[in-house]
Amino acid sequence: MAELNIQERQAGDVTVLDMNGKITIGEGSVALRTAVRRLLEEGKKRILLNLAGVGYIDSSGIGELVSSYTAIGKEEGGQLKLLNLTQKLQDLLTITKLLTVFDVYESEAEALNSFK
Amino acid sequence: MPSRIETVATAAAAIAEFIGRSGFGDDAAFGIDMAVREAVTNAVLHGNHKDENKTVDIVLKSSPDAVEISVHDQGIGFNPEDVPDPTATENIMKTSGRGIFFMRTFMDEVDWLIRPEGGTTVRMLKRR
Repeated sequence: MAELNIQERQAGDVTVLDMNGKITIGEGSVALRTAVRRLLEEGKKRILLNLAGVGYIDSSGIGELVSSYTAIGKEEGGQLKLLNLTQKLQDLLTITKLLTVFDVYESEAEALNSFK
Repeated sequence: MPSRIETVATAAAAIAEFIGRSGFGDDAAFGIDMAVREAVTNAVLHGNHKDENKTVDIVLKSSPDAVEISVHDQGIGFNPEDVPDPTATENIMKTSGRGIFFMRTFMDEVDWLIRPEGGTTVRMLKRR
């Protein structure tokens, strides 16, 4: 089984990536980077990462979230938002002071509305 | 262990198996796991530069008071004080540089030794 499984779905013009597994150095981080870069190539630049199923992330994974956020932000109208952080992930983003950088939601409906 | 990325998960799994039987709570176990992953990642990437002719060795010592984990690489070493604070405003959006911060956050003691015979050791201690 892959370290990180990513399922893509469309909600209006927002692409939701439902992620399950670990975002850690190697396979997990690469999977996230590949998915985001592919969406940008397809012109999909409003992206919601549903992290409900991500129970573990390391410094490499956090770096990949930052890299994705920056890459999407460079695109005109590009936005990356985060949904359903686990407590551990929320704690890590808090201590790294990244929680204030990312737009984070607990409700998918609220998150999708925020893109409008 | 060989200096490749897969070693990070292998080492972490072995340590986690031990820690799981050692009476640490979930939060402490999570922190130890995180610190081990970051230490081994640093050894593989920055110490040994993924040179598979170089090894990463891990020593775990357990006592009634604490667990001590040492990760040895064959690199030339570095000064941890030279590593920028990843939570400083100018560094928050950097895509790397948080590993040592996590090690220091989750462990009670972290120090580095440049060994006279060559290589670097990071020693991390977690009290029970």
